[in-house]
Amino acid sequence: MSDLFTFWLENLPTMIDGLIVSLEVTGVALAVGIPLGLLLALGVQSRTLAVRWATMAVVEIGRGAPALIMLQFFYFGLPQAGVSLTSFSAAAFALAWTTSAYTSEIIRAGLEAVPYGQKEAAAAVGFTHTDALRYIIVPQGLRVAAPALLGFSILMLQATSLCFAIALPELLSQAYMIGTNTFQYLPILILAGILYALICIPATIAVSLLERSLSRHTA
Amino acid sequence: MSAESLLVILSGIPWTLAITAGAFTMGAILGIPLCAMRVSRSWLLRSMAIVIVLILRSVPPIVWLFLLYFGIGSGFFQVGPMQASIVALGLITGANLSEIYRGALKSIHPGQWEASHALNMPRWSVFIDIMVPQLVRVILPSATSYIIGLLKDSAIASTVGVTEIAFQANFISRRHFQGLEVFAVAGLFYILISLPVAAVARYSDGVLRAKVAR
Repeated sequence: MSDLFTFWLENLPTMIDGLIVSLEVTGVALAVGIPLGLLLALGVQSRTLAVRWATMAVVEIGRGAPALIMLQFFYFGLPQAGVSLTSFSAAAFALAWTTSAYTSEIIRAGLEAVPYGQKEAAAAVGFTHTDALRYIIVPQGLRVAAPALLGFSILMLQATSLCFAIALPELLSQAYMIGTNTFQYLPILILAGILYALICIPATIAVSLLERSLSRHTA
Repeated sequence: MSAESLLVILSGIPWTLAITAGAFTMGAILGIPLCAMRVSRSWLLRSMAIVIVLILRSVPPIVWLFLLYFGIGSGFFQVGPMQASIVALGLITGANLSEIYRGALKSIHPGQWEASHALNMPRWSVFIDIMVPQLVRVILPSATSYIIGLLKDSAIASTVGVTEIAFQANFISRRHFQGLEVFAVAGLFYILISLPVAAVARYSDGVLRAKVAR
C-alpha cells in the first residue's frame, strides 16, 4: 500500500500539470463557447430565414457529431486545408464548437421560460427589440439556464479527456504516458480517475444544491 | 474521397451499433438495482447508491475505458477492447439510467400506490401491472435521447482499437492524408444514424407522455 502512495506521490506533479492543461482547455472552451451559445440561441429564434438555417446547421453539427470526431477533424483534418493548429488550439476550437451547440439549447430553453408577457410589456413601454433582449429577456433567461450551464461545464471538463486522441498533454495523456513508461497502468489510471472525481463530485453536489435553492420559490 | 475509403468507414457502422446496443442493454439492466437502492427505505442502501452513481458519473468515460482495458486488462486477466468498451460505457449508462428511472417513479402520482394498496393488490402485481406500463411511457423519450448520446460516446472505443466508425476514419486519414473529408463524413454518419433514433424520441415524447395519468 505504501508503494502505491509513493508511486502516486512521485507522479503527482506530472499529473497536476496535466490537470492544469485540462482545466485550461475547459476554461477556453467555455469562455468562447457559452457566449457563442447565447448568440446561436438568439439566432435560432431570428426572423431571417437564412440566419435561422445557418445557426441550426451549426447547432445540429455541433451536437450531432461526437466530440472525438470534432477534435480529430480540427487537428488531423484542417492541415489538409492549409490550417495547422497546435493540439491546444485544435482542442479549444473543437470543444468550443461543441459547447456552443449544447449551451445554445440550454440557453434557448432558459429564454423560452421567460413569460411572453414580459416581451409585450417591454414593447408597451417602448423598449426596442434589442433593448428588451439586453435588459429583460436575456438576464432572466440566463438565470434560469445557470444550473444546467454549470452542469454542462462539468461534463466539458470530462470531455477534455478526449484530447488524449490528439496528443494534448492533459490529465489522461499524462497518466497514459506514465503508464507506458512504468507499466503501472492500473495505479496511475486510478489516480487520474480520483483527480477527475475530486473536481467533479464537489462540483456536481454544488450544482444540485444551487438548483435546489433556486427552485425553492417556484416549486 | 474514394469509394473504397467510404466503404471502409461504412464497415465501422456495425461495430458502433454493437457497442451502443451492448452498453445500453447493460446499463438498462444495471440501472434497475441502482434505482431500487436509491429509493429504498434503508439509509445505507440509499447512500451507497448515491455514492456509486456520483463516482460513475464523475469520472470521464474514456478514463473508465482505460482503467478496464489497460489497468485491469494488462494485469489480472485479459479484457478485449470490445468487452472493455461495452462494460465502461455500460457502467456509466447504468448510473445515468438509474436517475432516469427514479425520475419516472417520481412522476407517478402517489395516489396510485395508495389506491392499489387499498384494493389489496399484491405488491408484485402493482409493480408489473400498474407501474411498469406507465414507467415505460415516461422513460422511453429520455432513454432514446440517451441512446443518441451513447452512440456518440461509443467513438471512444476507437482509442483501444475497436474497428468502429471513428477508428476507420482515423485509419483512412492517416493512410491517405485526407482528414478533412474523412472526419466530416464520419461525423455525418453519426448524425445520420442518430436521425431515426431522434425521430422515435420525438414521436414517443409527443404520443406517450400525453397518455400518462396525472
